Amino acid sequence: MSFDLAPTLGHYLVVSGLVFGLGSAVALSKRNAIAVLMGVELMLNGVNLALIAFSRFGAAFADDAAALSGHAFVVFVLTVAAAEAAVALALAVLVYRRRETVDLDRISSMRW
Amino acid sequence: MELTGFAQIHAIGAPVSLFAGAGLVLLVQIASPLWAPRLGGEGAPARSPSFALALLALAAAGAWSLWHEATGSSGSVLSGAVVVDRFAVFFALLITASAAAVCVMAREWTRGLGEELQADFYALLLASAGAMVLLAQANDLIAIFVVLETTSIAQFVLVGFGGGGRSAEAGLKYVLSGAVAAAVLLYGFVFLFGAAGTTSLPGIAVVASADDGGLRLPLLLGLGLVLVGLGFKMALVPSHGWVPDVYQGAPAPVAAFLSVASKAAGFAVALRILYVGLGGGASSIADEIALTVGVVAAVSMTAGNLGAFWQQDARRLLGYSSVAQAGNIAIGVAAVVAGSSVGPSAVLFFLATYAATNLGLFFVVVAVGQRTGSYELSQYQGLARRSPLLAAVAGICLLSLTGLPPTAGFLAKIYVFNAAVQGGEQWLVGLVAVGVLNTAVSAFYYLRWARLLVKEEPAAAPGDGRPARAAAASLLPETPAQLLLLATAAAVLVLGVVPTPLISAARRAAEVLVAP
Repeated sequence: MSFDLAPTLGHYLVVSGLVFGLGSAVALSKRNAIAVLMGVELMLNGVNLALIAFSRFGAAFADDAAALSGHAFVVFVLTVAAAEAAVALALAVLVYRRRETVDLDRISSMRW
Repeated sequence: MELTGFAQIHAIGAPVSLFAGAGLVLLVQIASPLWAPRLGGEGAPARSPSFALALLALAAAGAWSLWHEATGSSGSVLSGAVVVDRFAVFFALLITASAAAVCVMAREWTRGLGEELQADFYALLLASAGAMVLLAQANDLIAIFVVLETTSIAQFVLVGFGGGGRSAEAGLKYVLSGAVAAAVLLYGFVFLFGAAGTTSLPGIAVVASADDGGLRLPLLLGLGLVLVGLGFKMALVPSHGWVPDVYQGAPAPVAAFLSVASKAAGFAVALRILYVGLGGGASSIADEIALTVGVVAAVSMTAGNLGAFWQQDARRLLGYSSVAQAGNIAIGVAAVVAGSSVGPSAVLFFLATYAATNLGLFFVVVAVGQRTGSYELSQYQGLARRSPLLAAVAGICLLSLTGLPPTAGFLAKIYVFNAAVQGGEQWLVGLVAVGVLNTAVSAFYYLRWARLLVKEEPAAAPGDGRPARAAAASLLPETPAQLLLLATAAAVLVLGVVPTPLISAARRAAEVLVAP
């Protein structure tokens, strides 16, 4: 009796789903703007893991160029996420200067 | 057909000129100290060329798109990641025109920003508009993601541009919900890529239409997540939470830009993914997706209209109205996926008339807000007496948003409802019934606003703390804005009476998607 411990596509997808799910739980439940950003980063990491996994196990795909487009996608995701985080942090600093807080519940001066 | 040589540049000419314009605006601003002292002399306020440069870039992009339209160019560049066809050109023209209107609308407000911030504002607006034009041309998941984020990131900054605490707050909320929506969209893209093994939309279509049911789960999951992510751009439920806050907190011209151009770009990419990527009604999961879009449309209309019901702030009301109108447009998208051949042109026609209507209304809101410093609906009481022109335009646009004849909004609604009925499904007829019911609900708050325009002004009690009401002459915006104000109102009326040219343009643009 032998155990095949080599991870397969399914394993990676489950982990990626867990990471993405945790990230979205954090992003949707936390009230602190910085914590929401951390949740988003987790979600994006789940995305990246799934992309790489699909590329790695994409040998079944018809052409090999397709496998590489997953890798290329990850590079774009990383770059764009960095740009987005930079803008989000800049806006958080701007809000903090005016309100001394980045708690999303306490900065909502706009209601109904 | 893959294009080569100069044809490649020609194909992306419109977005390239917008991006070049954005760079130019910033460069001229950096270089301006070199010649400004010699021109204006010491201490003279240098006139910022940003506005003129921005309009120039938009004119170039518009002219380039018209060139495409006239020659009917079609083809793909960058290994099929970007295409040029009549569908993309239709949206390029729509987005360029809206961005130009927003530039004129923002002119007066930007004067208060100072020269450097003015350059930043116009550069960001151009970059965002350029990416939107490119978004309508994108035909590959990676390209869609990158240009979508380019428009979004520029808009995050634009929303935070207002200087006040509310603007920064709105910007922060917008960027956080945008980041979550982008991550959800990406997760959807991952499943589409995983199922199809390629990121190109035609490649996905091949796999999706050949599927015998084995790929149902990843395709359904992928498209569901993609719709949630794109719903952020289109202001559809469940990604609509940001809309009222951002419309209220952002500078009013930026809100106008979001409600018109950004929404159009979102629907453009949604149509392309559903039609090119899914082969319209041809794939095995078309029914489920159509039903999902239908439910989203019904919920968006209802949520938007109920939210707008008792709003006292004009911009917040327009925010909820934007969610409700997105629901109306989504009826057309649901019909599209259910296989109605009229659907895509109905969506395009609705988006174009909605652009004219909403821009007209926002022109009035900006003019009144700029002069009185308040966006409360009570400011509009008796506007017909103080400024007949503004009141007339606002009245026409409100009628059009409600969907009453003889305005363009009426025809647009009829067209979309008709497309849904032609889809031939029972539930689509039910969806139209929900749409009609919602129109009745929306009439309440649109017409309440319209009635305020002609209502008598309350007698101003001296010293009750009310801001002094601005005199008629000072309420009117500057001449260029006035001209555009008239142009949008005229467009709403003319399209309501003679819609044929726009309808045939929308049909020709939609043929790209409907024909195999």
